[in-house]
Amino acid sequence: MEKLLAWIDDRFPLTKVWEEHLSKYYTPKNFNFWYYFGSLALLVLVMQIVTGIFLTMHYKPDTESAFASVEFIMRDVSWGWLIRYMHSTGASFFFIVVYLHMFRAMMYGSHRKPRELLWIIGVIIFVALMAESFMGYLLPWGNMSYWGAQVIISLFEAIPYIGPGLSEWIRGDFVVADATLNRFFAFHVIAIPLVLVILVFVHIVALHKVGSSNPDGIEIKKKKDANGIPLDGIPFHPYYTVKDIVGVVVFLMVFSAVVFFAPELGGWFLEHDNFVPANILQTPPEIVPLWYFTPYYSILRANTVSFILDAKVWGVIFMALSIMVFFFLPWLDRSPVKSIRYRGWIFKTALAFFVVAFVILGYLGTKSPQAIDLMLFPNVYWAQIFTIVYFAFFALMPWYTKIDKTKPVPERVTK
Amino acid sequence: MKKAILILLCAALPGLSLASGGEHVKLDAVKIDLSDKASLQRGARTFVNYCLSCHSISYMRYNRMGEDLGLSEELVKANLMFASDKTGELMKAAMTREDGKKWFGTAPPDLSLVARSRGPEWFYTYMRSFYRDDKSSTGWNNSVFPSVAMPHVLHDVQGLQRAVYRTEKHESESVKDGKKVKKVTEEQVFDRFEIEKPGSMTPQQYDESMRDLANFMVYVGEPAKLVRYRLGISVLIFLAIFFVVAYLLKKEYWKDVH
Repeated sequence: MEKLLAWIDDRFPLTKVWEEHLSKYYTPKNFNFWYYFGSLALLVLVMQIVTGIFLTMHYKPDTESAFASVEFIMRDVSWGWLIRYMHSTGASFFFIVVYLHMFRAMMYGSHRKPRELLWIIGVIIFVALMAESFMGYLLPWGNMSYWGAQVIISLFEAIPYIGPGLSEWIRGDFVVADATLNRFFAFHVIAIPLVLVILVFVHIVALHKVGSSNPDGIEIKKKKDANGIPLDGIPFHPYYTVKDIVGVVVFLMVFSAVVFFAPELGGWFLEHDNFVPANILQTPPEIVPLWYFTPYYSILRANTVSFILDAKVWGVIFMALSIMVFFFLPWLDRSPVKSIRYRGWIFKTALAFFVVAFVILGYLGTKSPQAIDLMLFPNVYWAQIFTIVYFAFFALMPWYTKIDKTKPVPERVTK
Repeated sequence: MKKAILILLCAALPGLSLASGGEHVKLDAVKIDLSDKASLQRGARTFVNYCLSCHSISYMRYNRMGEDLGLSEELVKANLMFASDKTGELMKAAMTREDGKKWFGTAPPDLSLVARSRGPEWFYTYMRSFYRDDKSSTGWNNSVFPSVAMPHVLHDVQGLQRAVYRTEKHESESVKDGKKVKKVTEEQVFDRFEIEKPGSMTPQQYDESMRDLANFMVYVGEPAKLVRYRLGISVLIFLAIFFVVAYLLKKEYWKDVH
């Protein structure tokens, strides 16, 4: 066995990679609940790829047979229903896990120097994930798939001059049609997954270069023992591999509860209108994207004022901006400390406002803008208020993080 | 391009009003229980006798249905197969879509997934809400789905149902030429259904029969439901045991970390 390992090591840096990234990769010992979501995101990615491969074996990207092929997967393919539900539930859980992973970074300042590039790669992964799920959602060719894609692609028409041509180019037809389905299939099963896997690899490489941050927001590499090992560090393997297994099991319990007992989750994970085949002559009463896009959908619809440009164009601009703004987070934050543990009340309040705005925008995105679902006035006005809160969180950050009082940061990590 | 979409949207409008019609009707609760095999079998019999001549459930196969409902192939062949003779075949309607379009103005939709798109409550209420309407071309209307193209196929079973309206008065005040004017408008509001001529079943029997049919439609919408819950419990029990093992392993490894 040792001889074999030596033979391999002469030709491939197996032991070196193993040590550098697992057995001698030193990780802060004070990770809490929030630090499970990185490994869980990786788990969901693998699960989506594996279930996706099996779905591809039976799915037919053709407007005539796409819907039926999904139903045959649900009925005639052995365990097809399980594979399909794992994939559809996995898509929603991917976003749950990634949102929590991003929120962790915002709480503990994981995006701050020297991890800016790590964060940026992460935001690119998030954008790629959005593209991946948007295109995947068209594939079942249900009526909501169809009209959702129709609405989102027609957004590009709002762009002056090149808009109409651009959206036609994306669709490959005047309306969402067979050409659209085929290209979305190609992007969904190979192009974007490939990009995602590469980006995730790069994300981990960047992480292992700078080392993991921790809930105290301090660098464990600053305090090392005589052998150059961080005093507050423990090897990723076996400590965090065994810890993450616990996280994985708990995650799988929640995941299985949805897959087996509520795969539609009351229309939140699988929409009722998507059990009707795509019909170009029958618009669903309310066209809504799946829940993970609804905060951005709300921001898109919130702008109702035409100023130089059409209101719709502003909506598109603000929606794009609401995602792009994450790229600048490491530089918007001017606080001398990273972690929320040592920040004052201003940052804590701002973050709380942001979370509330995000959740309410998400809720409003599933409702008609003209209806009154919250109180007093129609949804669209609430959406406008919370869009302002959303952007204020970022726009005012350089100012409020600077004036916010901070507590002294400890030398070593705390429990 | 914009024009094309506009035209499409306009073309879609009548469909929209049809699809969203009767949205505010109160739907009746229905007890769905897929472990009640007898109910599923009765529902299947009603479906093949009354619905399958026009409506397909084209993602369902006869033999799969027989297997799931605990019926032998002979029983399925003798009692449930009128539109086909091969048990492995999909349950397609006897009538073609073209004929349906010609006769009813619209092709009867496939009902494989109606319980998933509309919900069992909708289906159950719809099946019990047909009433005589001399203004419609079929002589029938439905309070859940106004101006529905389908006549009441089960009328000899349920009997002739008529809608009874009550008059509601609305008072509104407005100011005209400096004087307060009271205006009373009367509105006909749907009150209840009345059986005009009884059918072969009592109302209770008919409701029970429609509950069986709704139960069957839920099964047809997702046959995997029959095994999904049971398997889910096994998976969760396995994970719970795995959790204990994983937790103890973690504790063992971490006891020297302070």
